[in-house]
Amino acid sequence: MVPAVIVAGASLSPIAYLVVQSTSRGVRPFVDEIIQQRTAELLTRSLLLCASVTVAAVIIGVFAAWVTTLAGLRGKVAWTVLFSMPLAIPSYISAFTWVSWMPSLSGFAGAFIVLTFACFPYVMLPVMAVFSRIDPSHEEVAMSLGRSPLITFFVVTLPQARRATLSGALLVALYVLGDFGAVAVMRHEVFTWVIYGAYRSGFNPTRAASLSLVLLVLALALTAAESQARGKQDKGVSPVRTLLRSGQSLAKVRALAAAVSTVIIIPSVGVPVISVVSWLQRESTRRVDTSDVVSSAMTSFGIGVAAALFCLLAALPVALMSVRHPSRLSRMLSAATYVTHSLPALVIGISVVYLGIRAVTPLYQELPMLVFAHVILFIPAMVTTLETAIEKSPVRLEEISASLGSSSVATFIRVTLPLALPGLLAGSALTMLAAVKELPASLLLLPTGWDTLSTDVWRFAAVSDYAAVAPPAITIIVLAAVPTAILGALSSIKFKSDS
Amino acid sequence: MHRTRTWKLGLLTSLIAAVAACGGSTAAPDSTATAGTTAPSGGEITLYSGRSEELIADLLTDFTATTGIKVNARYGDSGETAALLLTEGSNSPADVFLSQDAGALGAVRESFSTLPDTTLDKVDANYRDAEGKWTGVSGRVRVIVYNPNVVNSPPSSIDELLDPKWSGQVGFPPTNASWQSFVTGLRVLRGEDGAKKWLTAFAANKPVAYEKNSAVRDAVNSGEVALGLVNHYYLYEKIAAEGADAVKAKNQYLGGGDPGGLVNVAGVGILKNANNSSAAQVFVDYLLSTEGQAYFSDKTFEYLLVKGETQAADLPALSDLGAPAIDLSDLKSIEITQELLQQVGLLTK
Repeated sequence: MVPAVIVAGASLSPIAYLVVQSTSRGVRPFVDEIIQQRTAELLTRSLLLCASVTVAAVIIGVFAAWVTTLAGLRGKVAWTVLFSMPLAIPSYISAFTWVSWMPSLSGFAGAFIVLTFACFPYVMLPVMAVFSRIDPSHEEVAMSLGRSPLITFFVVTLPQARRATLSGALLVALYVLGDFGAVAVMRHEVFTWVIYGAYRSGFNPTRAASLSLVLLVLALALTAAESQARGKQDKGVSPVRTLLRSGQSLAKVRALAAAVSTVIIIPSVGVPVISVVSWLQRESTRRVDTSDVVSSAMTSFGIGVAAALFCLLAALPVALMSVRHPSRLSRMLSAATYVTHSLPALVIGISVVYLGIRAVTPLYQELPMLVFAHVILFIPAMVTTLETAIEKSPVRLEEISASLGSSSVATFIRVTLPLALPGLLAGSALTMLAAVKELPASLLLLPTGWDTLSTDVWRFAAVSDYAAVAPPAITIIVLAAVPTAILGALSSIKFKSDS
Repeated sequence: MHRTRTWKLGLLTSLIAAVAACGGSTAAPDSTATAGTTAPSGGEITLYSGRSEELIADLLTDFTATTGIKVNARYGDSGETAALLLTEGSNSPADVFLSQDAGALGAVRESFSTLPDTTLDKVDANYRDAEGKWTGVSGRVRVIVYNPNVVNSPPSSIDELLDPKWSGQVGFPPTNASWQSFVTGLRVLRGEDGAKKWLTAFAANKPVAYEKNSAVRDAVNSGEVALGLVNHYYLYEKIAAEGADAVKAKNQYLGGGDPGGLVNVAGVGILKNANNSSAAQVFVDYLLSTEGQAYFSDKTFEYLLVKGETQAADLPALSDLGAPAIDLSDLKSIEITQELLQQVGLLTK
């Protein structure tokens, strides 16, 4: 309880900065700043992008989850790994590769393409988790009653994944609102780009903070809508053995599924990877030093592991509270961790700078402060994953454990934790990935003189030296691909052995 | 050199509960001033650099080798770095701010201490703060970069850009500090109304926004747009990187006091709350020394600002450019520029 409150409070701390900054010239200028025709246009553009990407990512994500679990395709693990790969590619790298490949791509279309293919795994992973543990007897009943497999899917299978889909959709929507890389490269004028411009060329932190607060309100509305739509708590689904569907004559469906999957994987993984590798061929005046790349990689890796670890520790009490002790308060605490997710990482970074240098001066520009920023940035994904994971561990087992005299801690360690372990690992892997890819907060908060792979990419891209961008960019993708592959493979394999 | 980093990372990851204990104590390792020289005068400064590591890392190495002063350099965009300094306030660890742009220096000038006359006197008064809060180090001129394959006779003034024949053909970097300084210069030279008139017409002619100068230059070079509003040296950088034959684009210098030919400076200031202001002063003087100036001339193709230094690159002489006469201190009113750009819808277009 107390830890959950502390975590929720800490993740709300950037808002304190935003309120102070946006009203620094008084409330009236703050209101004037927001009530403008331009804000309405911004709002429309941002919401349109957000809605389009979310819908597209849900369609692709649910399809991918189906392909990798219920469709009965051969090489499920390989498909899962491939579908997870967009998580390994930062949106700014992906956007650069699209533009270098198709220079005319820009604006809404460009941002939509890059973000959709970057985000669908956020829907796929939680939905996969549900699909692979779904009770096949329901489907069998439906089909034995004469329902076609397709109708069975939409009427019986999909509704069971409703919560997971909604959680994933919320993550996508918040990701899109807060993304800077893709919209900046595609020059699509949504909130994040305008906020960024106000900071870096306007020295107008007041305007930036005011617009950030508008983004926050949007995020709040989305979060509230999602928790409303989630509805009542599901009972944990009992784990049952997944039925092998080898007997079904679905050869055509499978061939089609494989073809569509390939069509998804080419733009989401193929284009970025091939482009980045092709950059190696470009001319560079710079001799790329392997030891620099290795040292940046180690820094990125270390920060990623630290971020994942601390994020897990912070998210655990929040997720446990909201699932096992559902109440208004516990739901609010869980929602509180979501709130800052739509803020651009730059804004989180700036607010941690502002608060950190004043509150804990000795830690300023030291690693813990960067890790703190990363925890604020990535806790929503962790909480979502953990909540889904904990929900899947049956309450009854915990009740039995308690009735046999185990303390709540012992029950957690011996019952809940092992059952939630796959989700816990998945969440940690996702966080590590996100931290390795993260750029703006790292630029602001890294100890002076340190480099990460993402700051290397930024530095070389700033001077358009793509030949020099390639090695750190490829290293990010490879480094992130390893946990992504493990995550994908785990998601695919783990459930089979659960029962 | 990276042992400290590895050690810290290891500590951080292994000691879960040690958040409070593991930071702060050790000085951050320095990856720029690598020369292991511990020269006599010694000391250490923290430099916030709005100029990229690519551009100035070698200069810092030379500086450390010459003076023995270690430089902890923190790199970023000039605007971002100025915003960072403003956000940090008086607790900032920075001793010196080296900016790409006079505007960013203007934004933080209240945080600077006044430089001594011996330093200021080296630079022509046109290229430093009137009250001596900062001084220019190297200069650049705004040009119209054009693609001769697409354009026979490029415009010779910014007003010609308003011709409908350039509709959708002019690239510009809306969030770039140099572009915004040009607009500020335009306001100073033509007044608020004159500037607004030009910007409104410019916006109506559908200019194409790019994230930065180099992207504008590349778009011009590839023929994506015919013209671009950038600094003179982006062309020379591309030629140095890819060879003169590979680069199609050319620079059009705007003379006759045209606002589009503004000379802006990269400059430096020392923070009031610097931990080591004497070493910071040594650094500023090094930038203005023959050695420091030659570095900029050779490596960045910029104009030298110290009186009596000879330009190495094959550039039209600074004094022959016919640049508009402007007090660079007047370029500090960036917020007003930004409000104006917002009004005409050019901030993010």
